Amino acid sequence: MARYAMAIDTVRCVGCMDCVAACKTENGVPEGYDRDWITYESTGQFPTLHMEIRSERCNHCDDPPCVGCCPCGASHIHERGGVVLVHHDKCSGCKACIAACPYDARFIHPDGYADKCTFCIHRVEAGKDPACVAVCPTHCMHFGDLEDPHSEVSRILASRNSHALVPAAGTKPQIFYLR
Amino acid sequence: MNALSRRKFLKITGFTAGAAAAGTAALRATGVLQPPAPERGTRTVPTSCDICFWKCGAIAHVRDGELWKIEGNPLDPLSEGRLCPRGTGGIGAHFDPDRLRSPLMRKHLRGEEEWVEVTWDEAFDFIAKKMTAIKEQHGPEAVALFSHGIGGNFLKHMIKAYGSPNITAPSFAQCRGPRDVGFRLTFGEDVSSPERTDIRNARCLVLIGSHLGENMHNTQVQEFADAVGNGATVIVADPRFSIAASKAKYYLPVKPGTDIALLLAWMHVIVTEGLYDKEYVAAHGFGFEQFAASLAPFTPAWAYPETGIEPSVIEATAREMAAHKPSTLVHPGRHATWYGDDAQRSRAIALLNALLGSWGRKGGFYTPVSMDVPGYPYPEYPKSERGKVDNPGHKYPFAHETITTGIREATLTGQPYPVKGWWVYATNLIHALPNEAETIKAIQNLDLMVVVDVIPSEIAGWADVVLPESVYLERHDDLNVEWFREPFIALRQPVVPSPHEQKPNWWIAKSMAERLGLGAYFPWKDIEEYFQHRLTAAGLSYERLKKDGIIRGVKQPVYFAEGVTPTFPTPSGKIEFMSPQLQQAGFDPVPVYHRPPPAPPGSYRLLFGRSPVHSFSRTQSNRILSDMMPENEVWVNTDIARRHGLTHGQYVRLKNQDGVVSNRVRVKVTERIRPECVYIVHGFGHTARGLHHAAGKGASDAQLITRYATDPLMGGTAMNMNFVTFEPAEA
Ligand code: SF4
Ligand code: SF4
Ligand code: SF4
Repeated sequence: MARYAMAIDTVRCVGCMDCVAACKTENGVPEGYDRDWITYESTGQFPTLHMEIRSERCNHCDDPPCVGCCPCGASHIHERGGVVLVHHDKCSGCKACIAACPYDARFIHPDGYADKCTFCIHRVEAGKDPACVAVCPTHCMHFGDLEDPHSEVSRILASRNSHALVPAAGTKPQIFYLR
Repeated sequence: MNALSRRKFLKITGFTAGAAAAGTAALRATGVLQPPAPERGTRTVPTSCDICFWKCGAIAHVRDGELWKIEGNPLDPLSEGRLCPRGTGGIGAHFDPDRLRSPLMRKHLRGEEEWVEVTWDEAFDFIAKKMTAIKEQHGPEAVALFSHGIGGNFLKHMIKAYGSPNITAPSFAQCRGPRDVGFRLTFGEDVSSPERTDIRNARCLVLIGSHLGENMHNTQVQEFADAVGNGATVIVADPRFSIAASKAKYYLPVKPGTDIALLLAWMHVIVTEGLYDKEYVAAHGFGFEQFAASLAPFTPAWAYPETGIEPSVIEATAREMAAHKPSTLVHPGRHATWYGDDAQRSRAIALLNALLGSWGRKGGFYTPVSMDVPGYPYPEYPKSERGKVDNPGHKYPFAHETITTGIREATLTGQPYPVKGWWVYATNLIHALPNEAETIKAIQNLDLMVVVDVIPSEIAGWADVVLPESVYLERHDDLNVEWFREPFIALRQPVVPSPHEQKPNWWIAKSMAERLGLGAYFPWKDIEEYFQHRLTAAGLSYERLKKDGIIRGVKQPVYFAEGVTPTFPTPSGKIEFMSPQLQQAGFDPVPVYHRPPPAPPGSYRLLFGRSPVHSFSRTQSNRILSDMMPENEVWVNTDIARRHGLTHGQYVRLKNQDGVVSNRVRVKVTERIRPECVYIVHGFGHTARGLHHAAGKGASDAQLITRYATDPLMGGTAMNMNFVTFEPAEA
């Protein structure tokens, strides 16, 4: 079994949105929607400021409430890597998953189904990195298998401090932010 | 912004769910695209990006005959296989429903944007007649060309063949000119583009107003991330807490316009504490004693009230720079036209680098190299008796490129001789030059105004004839024989056909030249024959270049330590700490600080910069890029916003000191800026009628830049000289 995850280095990330652009073209995300987005979180008072820049998306939670709540069996965990996906044809567009997701990762596609980040599973299964990871000009994103202790993500997470978002929600998110 | 409010933000910024999908099917439904070719499957074409002029190597993917996506070319030394966000979103330029489709001629008055569609033949015949008449009456020099980027190379060639030396780009007098002049006066050479900065290997990187990460020149940003990742000390001086500032060990919130004071104080510390590279200065320096003595009064305590930076911080940062020398890079910046003493400020930056011994050293400035690809053997250009029009009597003695605003001035005044025709290629002069009223007035004096562009930009609106160019994904451009840290050449080639009547620049230039009886200057049949000729002469294979997009040359030494001979082509042959050239021309031979005039009470200095997802004013109608940033915001310090009762996200208008009022723009209430200034991203606030999507979104800094100071050394137009107040705007 694999457990796919991302480690994103907030020290290197410049918030350029290339990851957003690459997702749009790779996955044909319609205008007005995003599967990934950037959060610029600045704290403090001028000029003593701190800013964390994060490329955010579906966390492919280990305990995903968006799957349990789906009445149609559309929202599901993929057979490989714990990737959370949606069967477009099964989805009724009821928005239960949107309400359940603590990360606001989902939206209703103009074609009527719930959509979100797929970890570019079509690329991953072809041996490539997700589009956002592959494009990032600062090389700040790392994708891989947490079950494999020698994978780049495992090694980097072992050697650096990191945090996940909204841990209190208890969904076991699989995107980790290095600092 | 947290995840929850992000959705709200999307709503309030007017994204409408279910509105026009960017998908190609939707564009086809609206008639923008031709019916799909029967082609099936996926193919890739190596080419090079043109969303900015960095020209990153790219690989475009076509799926079932339709442009799908574009990625970096791993062979390319500039991008190393990763494009910037603008490059990644570049396919939006091909799909843009607002792009120009066929040649246009104006119906009535200039600027009314009322057009008749004409054929290329009709357009060329009209232009040729006018150009012939101008040549007869006023001489060929009376036609000027404003051209930005490699795409304009063949138009430049056509204009030179016609007999005019008046060819210019805003990249000099509105951008990097002062920097290159300051460095040339000091080291004898320009910083040039791509910048010869060895950011990747810097152990200490100093950014003065340079906002890498927002300014998205790909190589520089990649190297910046490497430097940060490698633990280099980053020092940022900026009135705004930029992205780069958020990576800095030292953030210096310098008061706008006081950078020279900071630079003098840094140099004072380094010289008085004996921290400079003594061997380097002794070996390569000229006039060091006089320069060192001139620094005596400029203590950190002196600089404190000027800059607002604590003396202890000035000392600590100066020592940190010295500790990492010569791998300390004081970045020369790029857009340097700020306060009118910009060439002198750039000289101060050059001198600080000289003290640290970074020119020619690893982690400082490398020596760029290039491949030897001979030019095409054309007939000699006619020689102009009168010379260039932009800088009469060498009023700006150190301008080593043509001054756009000098040509504008000559067009207005008819002095030193009249200018009667403008060709404008890929540069939206209304947004690029300060004081648009002067530009518009100059245009009124013309007998001919031709604009070549891909979108109906504001400047196109003032043309007599608008010629629609193919976007970069549909055309060949000239070979890029790049000067970089390693030698290479790169090709731009078509990936998909143009959807309408658009044509590549080489074809436009060649066709025009033939109409003007200048066919001898375009002896090749088409651009591929031209490539073949040049590459064969260089011993290289065009077939290989077509296949790979890039040919890399043999690595060469780029640092003094690798064997590059230190040469400084200044008059003394050394690094000129004290500049006899400046002295002879009546200028300060060492940099001097002049306090900028304060803001009028109750108003705020208008600063502007870049977004990583837009290039100038040319990408706001690209649907992929505009989706990520549809409008700009005015950054206002929290306290100031409170004082004016402004709330985050509300619309205001900005009114400048001359009563010019901007389009409505959202307020970004933020701690990330000094109270005495406001900031907007350049390129928004379009007014052109044909830019259906981009028009009316955000505010234009250019419109508010009615005042500018001219750099007496080189004619650069300093634009951070305008002040604004807030006016109410409808929600
Ligand atoms: S592409 Fe990389 S650097 Fe740019 S915002 Fe995304 S994660 Fe950050
Ligand atoms: S982030 Fe949201 S959509 Fe993604 S798996 Fe977790 S709960 Fe589901
Ligand atoms: S820096 Fe970005 S926009 Fe400029 S050429 Fe490179 S990829 Fe294109």
